[in-house]
Amino acid sequence: MDYSRIVLLVFHQEVMYKPLIYKLVREFDLVFNILEAKILPRREGRLILELNGSKEDVLRGIEYLEKEGVTVTRIADQIHRDEEACVHCGACTAVCRTGALVTDPETMEVLFIPDKCVACGQCETACPMNALIGVNIERISA
Amino acid sequence: MTDFPQKKTVEEINDKIRKGNCVVVTAEQMIGIVESEGVKSAARKVDVVTTGTFGTMCSSGAFLNFGHTKPKMKASQVWINGVESYAGIAAVDCYVGATQVKRGDPLNGVHPGRFYYGGGHVIEDLVAGREVRLRAESYGTDCYPNREAVLNMKLEDMRDAVLHNPRNAYQNYNCAVNRSDRTIYTYMGVLRPNLANATFSSAGQLSPLLNDPYYLTMGTGVRIFLGGGVGVISWAGTQHAPETPRNERGIPVGGAGTLMLTGDLKQMNSRFLRGASLIGYGTSLMVGVGVPIPILNEEIAWHTGVSNKEIACPVVDYGSDYPNAEGAPLGQVSYADLYSGSIEVAGKKIPSTPLSSLPRAREIADTLKGWIEAGQFTLGAAQEPLKTPETRVKVPGGG
Ligand code: SF4
Ligand code: SF4
Repeated sequence: MDYSRIVLLVFHQEVMYKPLIYKLVREFDLVFNILEAKILPRREGRLILELNGSKEDVLRGIEYLEKEGVTVTRIADQIHRDEEACVHCGACTAVCRTGALVTDPETMEVLFIPDKCVACGQCETACPMNALIGVNIERISA
Repeated sequence: MTDFPQKKTVEEINDKIRKGNCVVVTAEQMIGIVESEGVKSAARKVDVVTTGTFGTMCSSGAFLNFGHTKPKMKASQVWINGVESYAGIAAVDCYVGATQVKRGDPLNGVHPGRFYYGGGHVIEDLVAGREVRLRAESYGTDCYPNREAVLNMKLEDMRDAVLHNPRNAYQNYNCAVNRSDRTIYTYMGVLRPNLANATFSSAGQLSPLLNDPYYLTMGTGVRIFLGGGVGVISWAGTQHAPETPRNERGIPVGGAGTLMLTGDLKQMNSRFLRGASLIGYGTSLMVGVGVPIPILNEEIAWHTGVSNKEIACPVVDYGSDYPNAEGAPLGQVSYADLYSGSIEVAGKKIPSTPLSSLPRAREIADTLKGWIEAGQFTLGAAQEPLKTPETRVKVPGGG
């Protein structure tokens, strides 16, 4: 239980209703939290999971899902902040509940910590500068 | 300024600036100087204190004169990148206001609207040197026959471009919360239901009017940092309200003084002038303002030593009280509390987050300090003072 990773799973039409997730628990000894879930109109299911387990098991679990046809993406790699656009106003910190956007108490600069992001999309709408890109379960590229 | 002996004049300070021996500190540095050395020594030692603020200021806009077309035209309606710009002034003059939303925007049709583009973005585009499309219509006259024009222009192609903001740099403001049971989208940001969070918008101890709460050095003609360039205070801002009650530090306990600001847009910089999209509310402009305060006497020195724990603001419910213009503030909190990241409202500890950028406000105060130290920027003395209360708090132990 020493490793955790937040991933986006994209289930295309063919695998959408296949029971795959329970195997993560049974066969790979993983614990997961469902952070976000959405079925898109183009018949694609999207799930954001936090996977917890040993590093080896997490990686094996991800490999299994990929073999079954699920696209797995690490959230932190898909999300970024446009540093030119950000003015460090702090408006996004009012809505981020995972600690991915926090202010440094000394400098009052707004820090973005992608590893804590769950792609809830809240900050994307709260940012007056449209500086947060990809942070939305529907639009994140998989 | 009458009942205190003038220890220095603006002219004397300008002489020092020209000679390169003027002592300039930021308002944050001044806190420690007044605290450790006392007011008398601070007033003697320091000549100028620089302030700064960077945040959304809706009451902003720019006068543009786009030059005559051939044949000539008396534009009666103008759109820039689809944003209507008020053209009810002379032939090729218009005013683009920060909150004017692009034509065809769904607004809050699907609530909350996103407001991707408006007058604030037009101003940013111009200042950043990007090309805009200006469309003008007219009914035609004998002297101005042209009825329609479409011009692709950059800022440098405009004959004149003047930023003119009717109300900026609000002296203190509300801390916003939401007591209703739904999320609301306001000019104070996203407020979650049942007092889940609080937002605030002030640079606090670095803010211009909180460092000169009685406007002893402020007035028409005072030269300032505006949007990355040099501007002036042109008048008191609209809604200037010096009569707001004050605390023992002379600081108003809510919104009070305001400034009207003017400057040449052509020498500004988009780092300090940014279009903003406020979800569910509209578009606006983020403006960077820095005002230098000449330390003419001990009273002024004492005021510039103010710190966040001595500045309080009212906590206001934007769920119901504010929109309906009723109710009373839910309490007072200091900027020291607000900047700590959490405050207590109605017995509940809730997170408090800013909406204006302190890092950029600091950059402005530092930049202005640098300009003065380098002898590039001299002070303008107030010609027409701002309206101020009849009585003021006394400087403790001061003369
Ligand atoms: S709301 Fe946008 S501009 Fe403001 S700090 Fe967050 S990312 Fe930066
Ligand atoms: S999408 Fe934004 S608000 Fe949501 S967790 Fe990520 S950083 Fe925080």
